[in-house]
Amino acid sequence: MAIKKFMYTNRKAPYGTVYALESLEVVLIGAAFDQDVSLAFIGDGVYQLTKGQTTEAIGQKNFSPVYAALGDYDVNKIYIEKESLEERGLSLDDLQHLVWEDEDEDWAEKDSIRLVSRSELADVMTEQEIILSF
Amino acid sequence: MPIEVNGKSFETDEEGYLANLSEWEPAIGEAMAAAEDQDLTDEHWDIINFLRDYYEEYQIAPAVRVLTKAVGKRLGKDKGNSKYLYELFPYGPGKQACKYAGLPKPTGCV
Repeated sequence: MAIKKFMYTNRKAPYGTVYALESLEVVLIGAAFDQDVSLAFIGDGVYQLTKGQTTEAIGQKNFSPVYAALGDYDVNKIYIEKESLEERGLSLDDLQHLVWEDEDEDWAEKDSIRLVSRSELADVMTEQEIILSF
Repeated sequence: MPIEVNGKSFETDEEGYLANLSEWEPAIGEAMAAAEDQDLTDEHWDIINFLRDYYEEYQIAPAVRVLTKAVGKRLGKDKGNSKYLYELFPYGPGKQACKYAGLPKPTGCV
């Protein structure tokens, strides 16, 4: 099977709708197919990666720890739109520090997160063959 | 159908996975394995305990590919391959070991 460039775009807050969780499940299932996968967090989607989520009050499972497993699934291109963070008064320090381990370099830990401007992200999106929007 | 262990009854789903993972104890894993004629050695428990640790940290049961890679890193390259894992768990390391560990079926396991 030819490898295609897949991007999953995430634009919604983590709870309140099912988009964030559904996206994550599709990414994990799709990871079995050895494609070139990247994720983009845009707009309210950046809230999906915030640290310290507590969900007891809304009676839902806190699924934010799952994002830290993405590196194990070889999903290690996580684009964060800089303007979206800034518009919400957030910085990278407010987000989980996602990493992956490079088996070919004795499990060296490498950053998965790439902070990009809106126009840089537009360029990355242009390079994709398939974009799935959540 | 509930499973009986040490005089207590535990709910499971239609495929035999424990309904409430916080109820898990090693005896439940032993009982599930015994029902499938599967002996559990220390090597089996290494994998079961690894899965429980992984779930505790990431809130998901890892896909087999992820499990294989992680076992190779943690327990040595000779164990980080699907042959070794399938010898331990012939019904599939993800499905079978996760069941004994009290976890849900792995995401991406169809």
